Amino acid sequence: MDKPLSLKSARKLQIRYNLPIGRTSNFWKGLEDGKVYATKCQKCGRLHFPPVADCGSCGSSKLDWTVLSGDGELVTFTQVFIKPASFSDESNYIVAIAHLNEGVKALAWLTGIERENVKVGMKVKLVSKVFLDRRVSYEFIPV
Amino acid sequence: MNKVAIIGVGHSRFGDRSDVNLSELSFEAIQPSLEASGLTAKDIPYIALGSMGVWSEEPLPAVVIAEYCGLTGAGLVRCEAACASGSAATFNAYCAIRSEQMDLALVVGAEKMKQIDAPTIMELIGRAGYYMWEFENFGMTFPAYYAVHAVQHMQKYGTTEEDLALVAVKNHKYGAMNPLAHLQHEITLQKALDSSVIAWPLKLYDCCPITDGTASLVLASEKKVKELGIEDPVWIEAIGVASDTANLSKRETYVGLDASVKAARRAYRTAGISAKDIDVATVHDCFTIAEIMAYEDLGFCEKGHGANMVREGETEVDGRIPVNVDGGLKAKGHPIGTTGVSMLVELTKQLLEDVKPKKRQVSLKNYVALAHNTGGTGHYGFVTILRR
Repeated sequence: MDKPLSLKSARKLQIRYNLPIGRTSNFWKGLEDGKVYATKCQKCGRLHFPPVADCGSCGSSKLDWTVLSGDGELVTFTQVFIKPASFSDESNYIVAIAHLNEGVKALAWLTGIERENVKVGMKVKLVSKVFLDRRVSYEFIPV
Repeated sequence: MNKVAIIGVGHSRFGDRSDVNLSELSFEAIQPSLEASGLTAKDIPYIALGSMGVWSEEPLPAVVIAEYCGLTGAGLVRCEAACASGSAATFNAYCAIRSEQMDLALVVGAEKMKQIDAPTIMELIGRAGYYMWEFENFGMTFPAYYAVHAVQHMQKYGTTEEDLALVAVKNHKYGAMNPLAHLQHEITLQKALDSSVIAWPLKLYDCCPITDGTASLVLASEKKVKELGIEDPVWIEAIGVASDTANLSKRETYVGLDASVKAARRAYRTAGISAKDIDVATVHDCFTIAEIMAYEDLGFCEKGHGANMVREGETEVDGRIPVNVDGGLKAKGHPIGTTGVSMLVELTKQLLEDVKPKKRQVSLKNYVALAHNTGGTGHYGFVTILRR
């Protein structure tokens, strides 16, 4: 069967977003300084990770920055083999969700371990990460 | 409040439909649904279209499709609830009739996904969670979101990779019987288990394909049903709606989808029924683990017993609650915004005992059917109950 006719569009679209981080800038600065911050609501006491500037639980906009110990326990994980286009240069990365001692969960890559050795319930630590191009992020490492 | 009936359905052939554009593909579903209702495009006062878009070129698919199908001038809206956009559109049109704003409405699900390359599709679907916190730095993909559920379900309840593969084998069996399905071939358990890893532990045959397809429903008030002389239509008894957090890390557990539980509870209460009354169901099996979790979340079995249902054949066409005997998302295909509408087309045919070939027609006791359609990773939840 012949391939159906289609017209290759002459117009190429490229999108790259600017991500506003003004109200959570302490979080991104903290990563540069080796710390992972959460925010805590002054009014209701709710701890938020990822950090937020407004508390969805009680409606207050008064929150304090608090450093997380990063210590936690792995809840679940996966390893991504078929990757999105913008991650195509990465090797097969492990994404984990862990419950931190402070009572919040976080999702991040788990590095420094082979998937075969990853176990639900294992101790992990959430740490900041600064790439060579100065981009910042955070990741889990085994303890 | 008006009762709301489904008086006509239409469904394109699913698959790689590079032979047609989005409007032409929509015509394949819309025109038959109008003809089945004894109506023409000019009779339709309101249209709700479910579409996620971005993989095809038109940013306003509803207006393009409406013009092509002769529907211009009617009230028109495009609804987005990710993979549940079709159910969102159905709910929108249902509310328009139920609240006596309209006597007739057209629901369309339309999606064309095969116009761009697969890595870009992985990118676009992967971004559909909480982009800032899960994609920008961590490149989550749609299979990966469900893989973290599979890992916890396996850990907690002893569900195995073989159990997941059994769901694929079942749904491919019925896909092979459905002339409109994308993947019309059976697979063996071994073939599913040997397939390549997509997001561990999910493999190729645990995942639904990327599909083009459209589906259409004509909805009518009870008064309009009588006026048109339609006897014995299928009625929408209830649509339960719910949602869950954008960040997966904010969920309590990963062994089910809370939006499914809540939407089901709301739908059962409105319809005055329980899971025991369901004769046939379509559930959102974008991944095999999703079907197992759906059995549990919808109350077809106790939490943690989902794998047992597929092991025991309880969801086969002659089982206790037949599920996805049209092939499901797994084999019929999952054109994102179309799926919710496609499910209701299938269930309408089941309730009218009009399924061809007959070997996948369910035998009905209560004439009650359930459609479970989730968007994202249980970010949006819709449960629709139909009765004849």
